[in-house]
Amino acid sequence: MPAPIRPLAVTAYTATSALGRGVATHAQALHANRGGLRPNDFSSAPLQCFIGRVDGLEDAPLPQALGDWECRNNRLAWLGLDQDGLLDAVQAAIGRYGADRVALILGTSTASIGASEEAYRRLEDGRFPRDLQRPGIHTPHSLTAFVAAATAIAGPALTISTACSSSAKVFASAERMMRLGLVDAALVGGVDTLCDSVLFGFNALELVSPEPCRPFDALRKGISIGEAAAFALLQRADVAPEAPRLIGYGESSDAHHMSTPHPHGRGARAALDDALARSGLREDQIDYVNLHGTATLKNDEVEAAMLGERFPSRVRASSTKGFTGHTLGAAGGLEAVFALIAIGRGFVPGNLGCTQPESACAQQLALQCEEGEIRVALSNSFGFGGNNACLAFARAEAV
Amino acid sequence: MPVHLIDITDVGPRTRNAGADAARMDVAICGIGAWLSGAPDWPTLRAILRGENGLRDGAPSKPAAPTLPPAERRRAPEAVLLAAEVAGQACAMAQHDPAALPCVFTSTHGELAITDYMCAVLACAPRELSPTKFHNSVHNAPAGYWTIAAHCVRASNAVTAWHASFGAGLLEAATLAVAEDTPVLFAAYDTASSGPLAEMTRTGRSFGAALVLAPAGDSGSPSITVKPRAGIVFELPPPPGALANLAADNPLNAHALAFLAALAHDASARLTLPAASGLLLDMEVRV
Repeated sequence: MPAPIRPLAVTAYTATSALGRGVATHAQALHANRGGLRPNDFSSAPLQCFIGRVDGLEDAPLPQALGDWECRNNRLAWLGLDQDGLLDAVQAAIGRYGADRVALILGTSTASIGASEEAYRRLEDGRFPRDLQRPGIHTPHSLTAFVAAATAIAGPALTISTACSSSAKVFASAERMMRLGLVDAALVGGVDTLCDSVLFGFNALELVSPEPCRPFDALRKGISIGEAAAFALLQRADVAPEAPRLIGYGESSDAHHMSTPHPHGRGARAALDDALARSGLREDQIDYVNLHGTATLKNDEVEAAMLGERFPSRVRASSTKGFTGHTLGAAGGLEAVFALIAIGRGFVPGNLGCTQPESACAQQLALQCEEGEIRVALSNSFGFGGNNACLAFARAEAV
Repeated sequence: MPVHLIDITDVGPRTRNAGADAARMDVAICGIGAWLSGAPDWPTLRAILRGENGLRDGAPSKPAAPTLPPAERRRAPEAVLLAAEVAGQACAMAQHDPAALPCVFTSTHGELAITDYMCAVLACAPRELSPTKFHNSVHNAPAGYWTIAAHCVRASNAVTAWHASFGAGLLEAATLAVAEDTPVLFAAYDTASSGPLAEMTRTGRSFGAALVLAPAGDSGSPSITVKPRAGIVFELPPPPGALANLAADNPLNAHALAFLAALAHDASARLTLPAASGLLLDMEVRV
């Protein structure tokens, strides 16, 4: 088992999703049990399903100086960076440490593939239309390259693309770089946007629900796909005594199947064990678990069994995907922000959409918002390829 | 919305904390794998890099990837075959059980033939998209298939940094090895691009390389010291004539070949590779 890590301060964080822009908007929606899913109105031939769409992206072009990076995913990244003073916090870190001493590590599953899809719909003599002949947006590093250009971060700049665990794993990579003294701060996060690849792809796998998703409900019918941007700035704990802490993380592989979880949650449990060991905590010291909870039959069955077997009934747990949809490569970052909201605001978000919970985890599942002090919170993220991550956050005084 | 652009020339080391000089990392290289059509393993490529041989004629155009189960080998996308081939070679040379190694897989674009397929089908008949092609389209498909075949439940990662993908992946893998005090499997690969996308994502021929890295101290293996520094100017040694086109095709190929060339010769060498648009890795390679 890994040794405990020295906690890091999360000195700024933000989220933009179907619930709106910024932390306060998300906290209000979660507290009021008010979801953001809507009937699918995305793409030219929309599937009959529900989506978590971010309003206003169509009217929010990138600044002219960043125009080469123009596409839906980078628009969402820019909108997300502009909330909660995140850009100012990044500039302060650059000023303090130097641009090359700040790392940029972002997770995304599809990056700006929506722009490549559009180019194929508008081919001119077999070639991309002129306005889309921009190689930087037709590669999975598009998001990180754009954010590097927008923030002038000049340290390591890495895209992690491990499907739906992508923007959870960014916290782990950042911690290692900071522990070794390669950098003094790291901007981490994730952005994924709605595109035909994921809507029709999950539809082909028969994993898309015709109704708003109902994580952990006995009658759940699959996922609702969403889009989101989430960012967090990590620094050493001594520079921010009051800031919430990243206290641990775990990463693992299922070694089982490309798109189906291991039946006994082997990898999910290994990630949990790893995160607890790095946090130096036991299950009964956890207050809240933000579950992966996609609302597919298999994921929720396996995760419910793990939750019920490993955690005492006083531990509260919920999937927030009923609020935002499954934001895929952005889910790890978005739900890390939800764990930080739970810690900062003192409530457990409800498991929106669930009325008849899986019996295996019925005791732990918070169906509605519950007030209460949250000192330590975990967040689970599991992806295709059997790629798992679990993050642990805590109030500063709980460490 | 306010624009917060910073002139990149106006940032530098002036404000950094005392004692914050870039850390250096020492790692041993316990195993090496390589594959391209005409040089299907490290000993063959090493001889070419040393100028002793040329590419083999009549070579297979696909990697054999014997570490994958036969059924997977038949239907696997090319990036999966390529990554499994070079990863398997590196683990065998290192005499490490692949199940015990966390891994970092890096690729500029991932499986380009699948991206081309997806975009083409979505443009005309989106409801006919293949579910298998969809789950194989994730950037971590090679890492996923590798961990399944190797029974590896350790952490697996799939990264990219566009034209700095080799250096950024190497930095990530070396950081993991040193921070966690564990051997790490590192694989770098790109497959040939196809369709209209190819004009935007030129990669040339398929090529892959893999290393088993370990915290330094494993005597008898070559080792590298990796030190990041701010900078954009670097110079690559020219590859042997037989590999010049491969290196010109794609920065990942050029950077991997320069690194492997340093390992192929009998003398220690210095080498600088990019790890991000403003970050270089100074490396000392001791053979």
